[in-house]
Amino acid sequence: MAFTLPKESYSGKVLSLTFGKDDKAVTIGGEDTLPFLSFEGSIPNRPAIAYEIQDSPIDDWPETLKAVYKDVSDDPVKWARYCQDELKAQAIALRLVSTHPDRENRSADDAAKTVSEVLSAVETPLIILGSNHVEKDSEVLVKVSEAASGHNCVIGKAQEGNYKTIVAAALAHNHKLIAMSELDINLAKQLNILITQMGFDKSRLITDPMCSALGYGLEYTYSVMERIRLAALMQNDATMQPPILGDVGMYVWKTKETMAEESDVPEWGAIEERGIAWESITATSMIMAGANLLIMRHPKAVEVVKKIIDELI
Amino acid sequence: MIIIGEKISVIAKRVREAMNNRDKGPIQELAEAQWKAGAHYIDVNIGPAEEKGEELMQWMVETIQEKVQAPLCLDTTNASALEAGLKAHNNEWGRPIINSTSNDPERFVMLELAAKYKCEIIALTVGKGGLPADAEERCAIAAEIMARAGEYGVPLEDIYLDPLILQVCTTQDQALHALKAVRMFRELNDPPMKTVVGLSNISNGVPKEMRSLIDRTYLTLLMYEGLTAAIMNPLDRELMNVMKTTDVFLGNTLYAHSYLEM
Repeated sequence: MAFTLPKESYSGKVLSLTFGKDDKAVTIGGEDTLPFLSFEGSIPNRPAIAYEIQDSPIDDWPETLKAVYKDVSDDPVKWARYCQDELKAQAIALRLVSTHPDRENRSADDAAKTVSEVLSAVETPLIILGSNHVEKDSEVLVKVSEAASGHNCVIGKAQEGNYKTIVAAALAHNHKLIAMSELDINLAKQLNILITQMGFDKSRLITDPMCSALGYGLEYTYSVMERIRLAALMQNDATMQPPILGDVGMYVWKTKETMAEESDVPEWGAIEERGIAWESITATSMIMAGANLLIMRHPKAVEVVKKIIDELI
Repeated sequence: MIIIGEKISVIAKRVREAMNNRDKGPIQELAEAQWKAGAHYIDVNIGPAEEKGEELMQWMVETIQEKVQAPLCLDTTNASALEAGLKAHNNEWGRPIINSTSNDPERFVMLELAAKYKCEIIALTVGKGGLPADAEERCAIAAEIMARAGEYGVPLEDIYLDPLILQVCTTQDQALHALKAVRMFRELNDPPMKTVVGLSNISNGVPKEMRSLIDRTYLTLLMYEGLTAAIMNPLDRELMNVMKTTDVFLGNTLYAHSYLEM
């Protein structure tokens, strides 16, 4: 008797989402099967990778990573152009860290100005992130949504404590939105419900279940993402069908393994290679678990992950 | 759980009158209300429909699907009326269900229709004789129907076995037999056979104000035994809330504080 491959069929489907404009626009999601199981269903879009840039000096990044962006990181416009022109970025994630009250505490208007400048300098689709300060973000993201009106950006992150104003702004200015909860699948679902109950269509949402780096709770993120995907596909849970974000870089590049000098831990090997490996492995794990969009920092890690995606798809 | 909305039935006076007068309004209203309340299928019970059955069923199907983008569960003993309904059915939103066949030779024609129109079918585990005494007898009948379905070319995954729910107020012990039957039906095949019940039969004959309580309590037990689908009233909010909560306990739905609103 001939062997028939046992196949799972799924009742649900991940929603597809497009951000950016014209021929540069990026589409993610749309699959009706688990990650890379293309023999069981269709995977119309591969996971996308955005390069992270910041609006303030990157003093807290490891030297090996800072070196990559040393000529451009003093200016988000230059940096964005570098990502677009030199690194051929598919998308750019501008993190407005300078607005954090414990950092430079720059105003929402300042942030909006930065966003406008970046948007007029590049055509690459833009993800605009706040500083992850609940109160400040609800001010900043409202202003930057307005400044980015018409550019079909991704705005984030809306959290339980500030989603109302941010959702309203994304709704008014036609952006996509990242909904973030802290490693809790039930709260991730709840936040998506609350946001859609405000009239924000679920097809414009991205779920960020919160990332973590290899060795620092990666398995929790992996498990939450995996269960989100299973709920979306097997239980046809509409609230869990938006694409998933893995905000990888910011969690990886503060770990001991990416920062410790070779002189302190010679047995860990070359520091740059170590960091790249750490980011590649973390990012690869996320796309295995179901992430559709990654935010990463090191070009060499991006290259590795792209190659893995090419081989798996 | 799969919900088959039961409200469009010839037994209800308002529906019967609308059917007789070919008055679309009340039928479409009921169909829409059930669909919005979460019904996956709308049951269309036109009774034996001995006169102009074909035309009536066709009109019903078209009338409902004009407003509701859901598949229907066609419920009549009149085979040619049922076939007229299958022909009129828009399969864009899913395949229709035939309600129903059984182990009575007069009802085998329904299996023929299920095979011809490649649709799903409810199989009542009763025969020509009296009602089944217990779960074992229901299983024996189920096995015969499954064999018969094979002869007619109906795949087992297209069959919903119905243990036949009887009213608790007169045949109390049957409540437990039917529960056991749901569990045993599942074991008749791998993957498990699908099961369905006409839920409100359980509360037939009890005082009106107690019906919802009896229905929803029994539904919880049925779901625990692995019930796939129920013909029930999706407009009964308490019943729906209990169903959603049970689905959470059984791991069929992911919990969120607002799960009742979904």
